[in-house]
Amino acid sequence: MIESPSSPTQYAKPQSMTLQVYYFASLRELLGKSEEKADISDAATTAELWCHLNPDHGWSSSILCAVNHTYATADHALCDGDEIAFFPTVTGG
Amino acid sequence: MVYIALKDRNFNPWQELDRHCQNPANSGQGVHNGANAVFVGTMRNQNEGNDIQSLFLEHYPVMTEKELLRIAHHTKEKWALSDVLILHRIGHIMPGDSIVLVAVWSSHRLASFEGCREIMEDLKQKAPFWKCETLLDGRQQWVSQNTPGQMGHGLGAASAMDQ
Repeated sequence: MIESPSSPTQYAKPQSMTLQVYYFASLRELLGKSEEKADISDAATTAELWCHLNPDHGWSSSILCAVNHTYATADHALCDGDEIAFFPTVTGG
Repeated sequence: MVYIALKDRNFNPWQELDRHCQNPANSGQGVHNGANAVFVGTMRNQNEGNDIQSLFLEHYPVMTEKELLRIAHHTKEKWALSDVLILHRIGHIMPGDSIVLVAVWSSHRLASFEGCREIMEDLKQKAPFWKCETLLDGRQQWVSQNTPGQMGHGLGAASAMDQ
């Protein structure tokens, strides 16, 4: 006899994440937005998050990102509650 | 000791240095420090051939302070500096205003010279600030990249474009 799960909850659900996203300087002007909240149902990296939120603007290595106020790479795996910032080359000093 | 601060108004770097040294909590004026190196960056009225009316310095609150502290602590440890002071403007800046002050103290000159330079170069590479220039004709444009810091020969003979 083939047993089937008695309820759908026995299958693993995709992880749901709520993320706070900020854009700075010329990127903010290019995209026309300074911040947004993102609800993602699948695990994502910073680059994947960018593509999800900005489908008309492809990911570029010139886009810098930070997660929770620390520089992060494009393949940084995000967690629920993370704060992500995307920005261009910094020009302080 | 490491002290960093973002300043939203024009500041006099020499008065700030004096105030810092007068504070007994800072070891900068200690008799064991034989060396002190200071860099002051000032806003110019020209950049890349354009006449600049004013500058707006945007930053990323929390990350900017965190990154400046990281840079300061890293360099302090690397060069065994006694003290590090970094002041950096944010907001509207006029030509002639100070943008940044970096000051370090150490026992001997090598650590101070190298530490001060290294903090300044790291700050320009990593600290999340972005400069938006207002030109004389009213146009606004983002500065896209930093001028290079000079290394080796020619040190001190800064070009018109270099800070």
